[in-house]
Amino acid sequence: MAAGATFLDTNEIVLNMGPQHPSTHGVLRVILKLDGETVRGCECVIGYLHRGVEKIAENRTYKQFAPYVDRMDYVAAVSNALGYCLAVETLGAVEVPERAQAVRVILSELNRIASHLLWLGTHALDIGAITPVFYCFREREEVLKIFERYCGARLTTHAFRIGGLEYETYDAFEKDCITFCDWFDKKVDEYEELLTTNRIWVGRTKGVGIIDAAKCKEYGVTGPVLRAAGVKWDLRKAQPYSGYEKYDFDIPVCHNSDTYDRYIVRMQEFRQSVRIIRQAVDSLPQGPIMGKVSKVYKPPIGEAYVSIEAPKGELGYYVVSDGSVQAYRLRIRPPSFVNLQALDEMCRGSLIADVVAIIGTIDIVLGEVDR
Amino acid sequence: MFRMAEILSNPYVQPLIATLLIIALFPLVAGYIVLAERKVLADLQVRLGPMRVGPYGFLQPLADAFKLLLKEDIIPAAADKWLFWGAPVLSTFTALTSFAVLPLSDKFYVADVNIGMLFVLAMSSIGILGLILGGWSSNSKYSLLGSLRSAAQMVSYEVPLGFAVVTGLMVAGTLSMQGIVNAQLEKGVWIAFSNYGLMLVPTVLFLIAGVAETNRAPFDLPEAESEIVAGFHTEYSGFRFALYFLAEYAAIFVISSLAVTLFFGGWLRPFPNVAFLEMPLNTVFPALLFGAIGAGCAVGVTRLMLPEQKGVLAVVALAMFALAAMFLVPALNPFIRGLFWFLFKVAIIVYTFIWYRGTFPRFRYDQLMDLGWRYLIPISMGSLIVNGIVLLATT
Amino acid sequence: MAEETKPGGETPAAGAKPEPPKKAAPVMQVTPWEGPLVDALKEHFGTQIKEFSVYRNQSFLVADLAAAIPILEYLKLEQEFDYLVDITAVDYPKKEKRFEVVWILYSFARNERIRIKADVAESESPATAVGVHIGADWLEREVFDMFGIKFEGHPNMTRILMPDEWKGYPLRKDYSIIQQDQEWVRENLKIESAQ
Repeated sequence: MAAGATFLDTNEIVLNMGPQHPSTHGVLRVILKLDGETVRGCECVIGYLHRGVEKIAENRTYKQFAPYVDRMDYVAAVSNALGYCLAVETLGAVEVPERAQAVRVILSELNRIASHLLWLGTHALDIGAITPVFYCFREREEVLKIFERYCGARLTTHAFRIGGLEYETYDAFEKDCITFCDWFDKKVDEYEELLTTNRIWVGRTKGVGIIDAAKCKEYGVTGPVLRAAGVKWDLRKAQPYSGYEKYDFDIPVCHNSDTYDRYIVRMQEFRQSVRIIRQAVDSLPQGPIMGKVSKVYKPPIGEAYVSIEAPKGELGYYVVSDGSVQAYRLRIRPPSFVNLQALDEMCRGSLIADVVAIIGTIDIVLGEVDR
Repeated sequence: MFRMAEILSNPYVQPLIATLLIIALFPLVAGYIVLAERKVLADLQVRLGPMRVGPYGFLQPLADAFKLLLKEDIIPAAADKWLFWGAPVLSTFTALTSFAVLPLSDKFYVADVNIGMLFVLAMSSIGILGLILGGWSSNSKYSLLGSLRSAAQMVSYEVPLGFAVVTGLMVAGTLSMQGIVNAQLEKGVWIAFSNYGLMLVPTVLFLIAGVAETNRAPFDLPEAESEIVAGFHTEYSGFRFALYFLAEYAAIFVISSLAVTLFFGGWLRPFPNVAFLEMPLNTVFPALLFGAIGAGCAVGVTRLMLPEQKGVLAVVALAMFALAAMFLVPALNPFIRGLFWFLFKVAIIVYTFIWYRGTFPRFRYDQLMDLGWRYLIPISMGSLIVNGIVLLATT
Repeated sequence: MAEETKPGGETPAAGAKPEPPKKAAPVMQVTPWEGPLVDALKEHFGTQIKEFSVYRNQSFLVADLAAAIPILEYLKLEQEFDYLVDITAVDYPKKEKRFEVVWILYSFARNERIRIKADVAESESPATAVGVHIGADWLEREVFDMFGIKFEGHPNMTRILMPDEWKGYPLRKDYSIIQQDQEWVRENLKIESAQ
């Protein structure tokens, strides 16, 4: 004890959450400074899952590297692949045929649904509702079945190739997607019934983890967190890619920027994704699925930064090419890494129980944070 | 035979037998409540629950008991050894002692103390000590936080629990457990529905406060797994953990029994004084119930594959049919129908507790305190006053 | 479309072979970037910005290191580039100033994204961008962790992904892909080698 302090002085406790903890969604270590049950500050220690992906990219050809990106945000692997392929295609000025673009959109939106389902299940579990996680995984199972039928893998799909797609869609693909959409709409209604107006749920999430729009922009936070703060911005509308400009969908926005609003935004995103999938399946054009790409892919010297609206935020790839078959530098800008920075801001003044809810609401995947 | 009657009439013998039976059977009952919880939760969560040990997982509690007994006994180096040992013992002791006054039936109980209700409330208050000491003696931040939370929670919710109990006692007129049930028999209506339905408020309050008293969801902060690992029993493993578990499920049984005794007529059947319902409710209903369960088990036997499991389930089916038959024998019926109705009502309340756990998210600590102090206590005080006035005006 | 410059044709002369002209080193085929933003920047920073270019429809500028943070500040306050997307670096060991630090900015109001690049020598320390955009905190820590570029004025210039006591900067080109800090491995993992 400090000199002059009596045993009645309350000191701040330092509480360590993780790296092994049921609620930190992976190997994340959060060091909390507590004053009783109130959090005065928190510090994140990351890097437990660092695999040196960016270095590996410099030692593999562009095509060889594609499976590695799935392993970053392993919960939503397809969006990683989309960003990577788009970045590398921009470097080489490769045109992707329309059919490939439409199928990419369908798979990306299914992927968004799968990612948000996992988010909802684990977030509800952290807050104490132990049942929704099972329902969410039941729905996610259907999406993963579609992925498996399409490309053979459920989780790390390696679904896209540079220039388009490797596999043509299987015969029942469109029917499966529409069946899923019809079935899934009712499930979202079920979740809303269970949670949205539940007094305990509202009590645990309203007013928790507030970060206003200005602070979001300063930290660089994107995705549903930014939209829940009132900023109507989605890269699919602002800088459309892969044919998103053809589809009609809304950007859900809320204004209180608390955990409840982020929940509402993601629930609405379910419905919007279903809308996009239906439109894409209805208007799926015929045609080739692969653009003109040489067997040995050597983009000319140059650099490009391409980003997409991944389920968690802006996922960007900055690729520098020196004209060889391997990237000279591949930088991955992960949304979870940048969003996690704002945890300290969101946690100040809340209780320990809220820290868990806030970590859940940012929706991080450690594979992406650490790469 | 003569010697038997002589021995049985000794005032200590029957309570001793009852005590031994309860202590011997109780771990089994607690284990099966755990199994019921796992199966009901699984049903809510679209999955199956334990299915391997025994037919449809029926023997799972035995496997769990074995496992916990054989586990390595780990004590944190910095823990206070005696308190660490004594805390779960204290919790289990108080929970089991409460069983002594539960009116399981008009014929089967350990003791009918004339302050029975007060005794149970006192025991549950002492049981809180077991939780606090468990967290404290573990010498770990997580455990300490858990035990502080639980202490605050349980002490806060004892107040509305007490008020609800007192309101019920006003109508019953006595603290003795058998006396309360007999009062309901005289009145001809369960206390929950008496006093022009005003007693429903204390009934609901008791059930809510009871969930908080037993640390069940949505009030299970002390064990909030996702936040502070396992709260006050983080450092416990093996047999000590089993004791805490036992104590928790014993407490659930006790609180449900209190609710049943005080508000739902104890061992009385529904509509206790309506004569024409005597036959259907006391004879036909239990026989049909057990007969249906037996039939269900028999169907289950045909669906199973392993012969051992088939054997066990077949035995269970036969036991169910035997029970159903017992209710049809007029000489046996009066002895077992009290116990049947008591356990049936307790089962319904335990099912409701499990249902709450599967449905609701967890309250945060400050919200829980808010609910207890700002809402439940004023409402319970208000209901006490209103019920008292109405009671006085109508007698 | 970019093309590599083809070697000049040789006219075979009888007997002696003329020396083939040296191939020009291939470079990024950029087009100049023009517009009101460029004019405003030129006005403010003059010669401190060496290049305004566009490649594959993406605009970037190359500036002096000392001007990098003032440019970020100017863009945030005057030109509405309020979102710092990313900070990263690229290692060109053959260049005189081996690192190229890249800042990527986006403006919500203009829906425009630009890059600012600056060459940094191994011994140089760029100023931190934390005062302009709070989000630069972890991004700069990662650049330090991977390249060894220290940012002057950063509140917590420590490693973020690698262990704190790790020696070596993994994304530098002279750091082999299978290289590890053996001393750290031996001390902390208690094994001879993690290979």
